[in-house]
Amino acid sequence: MITRRIARWIDDRVGAASLAKKALDKVFPDHWSFMLGELALYSFVLLILPGVYLTFFFVPSSREVVYHGSYAPLRGVHMSEAYRSTLQISFDVRAGLVMRQIHHWAALVFVGASVAHLMRIFFTGAFRRPREANWIIGLTMLLLAMANGFTGYSLPDDLLSGTGLRIAYSIVLSIPLVGERLAFLIFGGEFPTKDIISRLFVIHILIVPVAIGILISVHLALVARQKHTQFAGPGRTEHNVVGSKLWPTFTAKTIGLMFFVFAALSALGGLVQVNPVWLYGPFVPAAVSAGSQPDWYLGWLEGALRVMPPWEIRAFGFEIPNPFYPGVLLPGLFFGVLYLWPFLEARFTKDHEEHHLVERPRDRPLRTALGMAGLTLVAIFFFAGGNDIIASQFNLSINGVTWAFRVLLIVAPPVVGLLTYRICKELTARGVPPETPPAFEEIVRTPSGGFVEAEPTPH
Amino acid sequence: MSRTGVERATARIAVGLAITTVAALGLAGTYIAGGQSQVEGVLLALALGSLGYAFVVGSKHLLPRGPFVEERTELASTPEEQLAFAKDFDAFLQPGEPLARRKFLLRMLGAAAGALGIAALFPIASLGPDPDNKLKVTKWRKGARVVDEQGELVRVNTLKVGGALTVFPEGHLDAADSQAILIRAQSQPFTTRPGREHWTPEGYVAYSKICTHAGCPVGLYQRQLQRLLCPCHQSTFEVLEGAKPVFGPATRSLPQLPLMVDDEGVLRARRDFDSPVGPGFWDRDR
Repeated sequence: MITRRIARWIDDRVGAASLAKKALDKVFPDHWSFMLGELALYSFVLLILPGVYLTFFFVPSSREVVYHGSYAPLRGVHMSEAYRSTLQISFDVRAGLVMRQIHHWAALVFVGASVAHLMRIFFTGAFRRPREANWIIGLTMLLLAMANGFTGYSLPDDLLSGTGLRIAYSIVLSIPLVGERLAFLIFGGEFPTKDIISRLFVIHILIVPVAIGILISVHLALVARQKHTQFAGPGRTEHNVVGSKLWPTFTAKTIGLMFFVFAALSALGGLVQVNPVWLYGPFVPAAVSAGSQPDWYLGWLEGALRVMPPWEIRAFGFEIPNPFYPGVLLPGLFFGVLYLWPFLEARFTKDHEEHHLVERPRDRPLRTALGMAGLTLVAIFFFAGGNDIIASQFNLSINGVTWAFRVLLIVAPPVVGLLTYRICKELTARGVPPETPPAFEEIVRTPSGGFVEAEPTPH
Repeated sequence: MSRTGVERATARIAVGLAITTVAALGLAGTYIAGGQSQVEGVLLALALGSLGYAFVVGSKHLLPRGPFVEERTELASTPEEQLAFAKDFDAFLQPGEPLARRKFLLRMLGAAAGALGIAALFPIASLGPDPDNKLKVTKWRKGARVVDEQGELVRVNTLKVGGALTVFPEGHLDAADSQAILIRAQSQPFTTRPGREHWTPEGYVAYSKICTHAGCPVGLYQRQLQRLLCPCHQSTFEVLEGAKPVFGPATRSLPQLPLMVDDEGVLRARRDFDSPVGPGFWDRDR
């Protein structure tokens, strides 16, 4: 009753009832893979809540202090205020550790869900006209998410994050012509600098989250305007959407999913330790630990840095240093191809039509094969990022492991691509029945005794 | 939906919501009792998971299932609509309008906005100093005394053969670009490379500790192999041969610090490193 009165009060002033009704009646197709984007959305939501809480305790400062908190092994150690406040959040702020760990896990899952969502869009061709803009926005959000993940785990100013920052600085430094200047602008001077933590903080809690928030709004507005894609099936055509209405069924389902995501991340945050910075110790420029690895989504770049042969270009006293190729060129090319993919594909297939029915991966063997080859490449780079762990766990020579990865990088992508192509062709040739039951005709007996085909009904 | 199905769903939802309530109360209780990360995580997961369960069961069994069909409308506007929009948008440029004959004002607006934009970019330069030759020099000077990380002077008997130590120039313990790894590789002086005679008094050799690949501290001295290994990307350097890279992505040797021993037996630098320290950059060799 009270909600109805509030609704009427608002509508009297803005007159939104007909618009709102249309929104409530909006139909969303049902398919499990369409929830991947929602997973990303809800992990982003859960990033913000504990994230804001953490800002009330974290001190983004490099000022040197001495630790006197409750974590005994580090008492009396000189460290930055940033590191001390992270220790305080972890040991002395009640509910602080669980908040910190939920925040970190949510970040890991946010990027993971985004990548899974990206793969769904890619392999089903959902990026095709008219959804090219949303593809570009989505990729941009993925890059921003990776960047913010990196700035986030760099904030505690522990030894591991300091090592990561140092490598990032070296990669910026390697950019031809402007690298030196750019690295000094970003870091405020030659590494290590006093400024970087407070700068990363502003980027991490203001600039990038706001940018992601804006892009999510546009992303969803475009989905609403263009309506969701759907798989082919009985009653489903290029000209309709078949599924649940936004209100109430889809809303209840997606809220349920949201709480499942929150629950899973809470369980991880409470039970599975992540980034135990107190074990790494504070950042000291002359120290480093073996087995240093970034968070998972940067693992492929770490691997690329490790397997890169000792090559670089030098001429006339100028050089393009080694880290440029794996650190800048590789991700630049990879994401460049991804950004252009909808346009490249339209050009090569000469298909400039609008598409609202998505495809099964097997229906497009070449795209699926190329996608799998690219994925294989990234996966091998990722595992190469753990070459030292692999070598020590299996008692192998680190040089041998690195060489094996170099060979795999050349051999495996084409092999996987060819295999994928063959499998797709086989599956289509065999005519494996589609996931949805075939359409059937409904025959209706008329009062006069004749039979007519009824209007096809969606199932 | 059969009657029993609805009733079963109702019961499941009720149980879910009850668990959420109990777990939430437990969560509050945990906080009051002093907090415990694992318990907080489990109770929160239980509360949220049961809530999600209630919603999903409800959406499956108690809400209209459809399927519903919504027709797609044409996304693009009709050519007439597009034309009408363009006409309204260009209204101020239609014949007879003052601006139609004064288009230079629009060009000037563009120029003004551009100038303002460019002027607004300059303050970005305040974010960092000019690199100058900061990347090419360190704090090592002729005669600088060698100290360890605590600032203790390093003497000729500080290390045994096979020992290694991180060192700085005296008075510059915070100069990260000056960190060097001091190794007593042998008991006698040796020559790492032609032209570097007398740089290794009593078998002491010092190299920049900053990897020439990506700047990590080259922390692992492999005594048996006489090699230095960077733990970040496994660049490996030959200690007896001027720290030339023998494996991994590094392309350049670690810069060597020429050493000498003064009358009091204290290690000193003869001068700065033989080349710029740290990872490569565009005009490093100029």
